[in-house]
Amino acid sequence: MERLNVELCGWQLDNPVIPASGTFGFGYEFSQFYDINMLGSIATKGTTRESRYGNPTPRIAECERGMINAVGLQNPGIDKVISEEFPKLKEVYHKKVVANVSGFSVEEYVECAKKMDAEDIVGIIEINVSCPNVSHGGMSFGTDPQAAAEVTRAVKAVTTKPVFIKLTPNVTDIVSIAKACEEAGADGISMINTLLGARFDLRTGKPIIANIMGGFSGPAIKPVALRMVYQVYKAVNIPIIGIGGIATAEDVIEMMSAGATAIQVGAENCRNPYACKQIIEDLPKVMDKYGIKTLKEIIGRAHR
Amino acid sequence: MKTLQNCKVLENTPLTHDVYKMVLENKTDWIHHPGQFVNVTIEGQYLKRPISICDWTENSLTLIYKVVGKGTEIMSTKNPGDIMEILTDLGNGFDTSKANDEVVILGGGVGVPPMFGLAKQCIKEGKKVHVILGFASEKDVFYLDEFKSLGVDLSVCTNDGSLGTKGFVTDVMKEKGLCDLFYMACGPMPMLKAIYTTSNSNGLLSFEERMGCGFGACMGCSCKTITGYKRICVEGPVMESEDILWKD
Repeated sequence: MERLNVELCGWQLDNPVIPASGTFGFGYEFSQFYDINMLGSIATKGTTRESRYGNPTPRIAECERGMINAVGLQNPGIDKVISEEFPKLKEVYHKKVVANVSGFSVEEYVECAKKMDAEDIVGIIEINVSCPNVSHGGMSFGTDPQAAAEVTRAVKAVTTKPVFIKLTPNVTDIVSIAKACEEAGADGISMINTLLGARFDLRTGKPIIANIMGGFSGPAIKPVALRMVYQVYKAVNIPIIGIGGIATAEDVIEMMSAGATAIQVGAENCRNPYACKQIIEDLPKVMDKYGIKTLKEIIGRAHR
Repeated sequence: MKTLQNCKVLENTPLTHDVYKMVLENKTDWIHHPGQFVNVTIEGQYLKRPISICDWTENSLTLIYKVVGKGTEIMSTKNPGDIMEILTDLGNGFDTSKANDEVVILGGGVGVPPMFGLAKQCIKEGKKVHVILGFASEKDVFYLDEFKSLGVDLSVCTNDGSLGTKGFVTDVMKEKGLCDLFYMACGPMPMLKAIYTTSNSNGLLSFEERMGCGFGACMGCSCKTITGYKRICVEGPVMESEDILWKD
């Protein structure tokens, strides 16, 4: 089905649908539902140098057309991801992944990115400078153009694979941060991460999330994501992976029209394990409906 | 196997002022152990609702749920003939092969339902079964006749003493001299901790947590245990008592 093909920095994807980091584990949990080789790729769980348990529970709060999570980058640490999780994924999945990397210092990003760069299974390294659920690091690198550029430059210096910077929407001017990353050598931008949110229990009046605040995602944030992808596409010359509220094939077309070359599906995986499969299967008939021959031709068409 | 299934509602009736029993048409050959759960899709609500399995036959699945918010409120309005979507085969459930020939089963409040399927299973395996059920008050009590019909040694307590013993399930456990028996329990966290501290034996405890996906992908329901991090939805909800790191 060549009409679904897209290309990210020379890497040919069968289709633009990639489950987003943090909503898909290390992939293999989903192989009990369908053959995950049908996916464009998989963005693996945010990985840090050391193993992390994350935040106390409750970590999840439901919202209208979305959810808040405050997981806090729970992961077994880069060495175990490489020695245990990737081999488990390779048993059921034969394509390359988007390896999401997080950190609390420039050195940590560099160390993790270097290790990911050496792995055959890694197609793109996605640098998460936008996790809202950890203090000292995480999002603080993504809210300042200089800090984002510093991480980008340091990671690019030790890697050979394409590096995408995953940006937070919790900023005044996302365009200046995207441009700073591009100037520092980023090969692409993944956007957007979650919006900071909170919910309170009606009986007790207390926060539902133990960490009080968390990242809001789901269809409710789609207009914000579309707007930001549109703005950034206008300002940079590197590809964008569009993320934020994508739940249907129609959403994919809309996000690509705004400027995304590929897309990631996040929260929807949590409410429907078949979400990505359904989107991929629906794409041809939705494209027919709107007279779209190939997905490549609609990237950024809003700007033409 | 974990699958999304559409099931016809056969029955949806109130058992108390806020607890309902829903029976779904379903081929239940996917159930491995009592104490597993399903994730129920509620139209208009973003996330599914994890509900424990109370009982099952070859072609029907019984869920007992308490109305605590909008989702369960919508669930309570369903009528026979309506279709519900469920994600099946979630959680580990109670592995009764870990239990001895004589066991005590304890359920508290909305933790009572999975203990019915468990008691039934233990009886089927020829175990001697003591059941202790705890509720807040007489108006909250449900399923006593059903438990009685299993022929188990049944005791009931309420916090206010309006029915059965006044006090907690652990008071009954002490009173009846059942503190040396292997236990299996589901209920609020303070109850589970009280059982752990009161009993001289070990056992299996079923935990509850707010979940995102329900099948192990999102890490929303993680907990720390002595043998490492566990997901309540996959490695739980049933945990071995010796593995639990109790919070104060």
